[in-house]
Amino acid sequence: MSAPLKFRFPAAGSRGHLGLWLAVALAAMGWIALTRAPAPGHGGPPPAPRTGFSAPDFTLPTVQGDPIALHNLRGKVVVLNFWATWCGPCAAEMPTLQRVYADQHDQGLEILAVTVENSPAALQAYAQQHGLTFPLLIDAQAQVSRRYRVQATPSTYFIDRRGVIRWVVFGGPMSEALVRSKVETLLQEKP
Amino acid sequence: MWPYLHLGPLALRLPGLLWLVGLWLGLEAASRQATRLRLSGERLTNMVLWALGGGVVAARLGYALHYPQAFLQAPLSLLALNPQTLEPTIGGLAALLVAVAYGQRHRLPLRPTLDALAPGFLVLAFFGALANASSGDAYGQPTTLPWGIELWGARRHPTQFYDALLTAALLLWLWRATQHPRGDGAGFLQAVGGLAAIRLFTEAFRGDSLTLGGGVRLAQVMAAAVLLAVVALYPYWRERGAPATPQGKGDARPRDRND
Repeated sequence: MSAPLKFRFPAAGSRGHLGLWLAVALAAMGWIALTRAPAPGHGGPPPAPRTGFSAPDFTLPTVQGDPIALHNLRGKVVVLNFWATWCGPCAAEMPTLQRVYADQHDQGLEILAVTVENSPAALQAYAQQHGLTFPLLIDAQAQVSRRYRVQATPSTYFIDRRGVIRWVVFGGPMSEALVRSKVETLLQEKP
Repeated sequence: MWPYLHLGPLALRLPGLLWLVGLWLGLEAASRQATRLRLSGERLTNMVLWALGGGVVAARLGYALHYPQAFLQAPLSLLALNPQTLEPTIGGLAALLVAVAYGQRHRLPLRPTLDALAPGFLVLAFFGALANASSGDAYGQPTTLPWGIELWGARRHPTQFYDALLTAALLLWLWRATQHPRGDGAGFLQAVGGLAAIRLFTEAFRGDSLTLGGGVRLAQVMAAAVLLAVVALYPYWRERGAPATPQGKGDARPRDRND
């Protein structure tokens, strides 16, 4: 019975060492060439609630009853925030969102705050009390929350002008610099 | 994917927890390996913690320098607990510098220290792969293979599990192969080379690769460069044995290095 083969690393600087290095280099280059990434398809990435994918489309009513469709905001930067009135971190980051919205809305920023609470009057009172001027949307059947796989609030999606999700922030409260820096980056991109 | 661990009304982010567990167990593994190498596990742990702290501070400052206007308008954001406002490259470089400075100050010998850290890196990489599985990051290309998983609207290669399985195998192999570590840095090079080879292989199935021209995947090119550096360096470190220490030249069975 023959002894099992055992690999012995060649001595430093020997021809075997050089040969091994070249063999590894060739194998690596071959593998890299063989497994190149496929070219991206036409029409942008498919919809999915994660970074690098198109933001799943939806239409939801505001607390005033006016419908807002995400696809109508193409060309703008959208911050999509899932929140609830009883959620402490959500309440903590609302003033931040409002300040950034007030500063950047004219440059093409939209903030949509989505909640599953179906009480327009209470939500309007909340918005008035906290001075919120961006749209609050009601997702009464939680269909949009499910489509975005929201399991906890707050969850925030930063969507670029092409409708692609660029960052997702789970949990909160988000710092003002976090919101401003992400929005600033997206606003600087050409439509 | 299972991004949350629900405990009553609490929803804990599972990926973050997995990273923390990986860090803790990785430190434990490195500390045990340090003991085998007659290094001080406590000093090794302190070095890692200092490097982590320095890395986080530098990463936040680096991010703030990149977005000065945002931080000038909200300076308290410098102290916020948002990992999204960290600059990882600057943080990584700073962590490396802090680790080197700590190692020099406490006279930790380079190659034995790297050997001690090697299993820790692998444990962290293993839990990192599990964290990616939990969050759905580092996802694979669409596939029709029977072991594909439904993720982000398609049946995909479970690349996170490829990474986890291969890293676990590498860790087990390295742990058995270095029952009597020599402290010559070979264990560290084996771990780094193994991780580079795994990345070179599994990146081929990723659906989120950053690409250079012509679809060439950046991570594969970097992994190949690291692997080639390891192959070039390995026999030199192996043949020279463990470096000289204040206690004498070390090789087969190092003596206490930093008592």
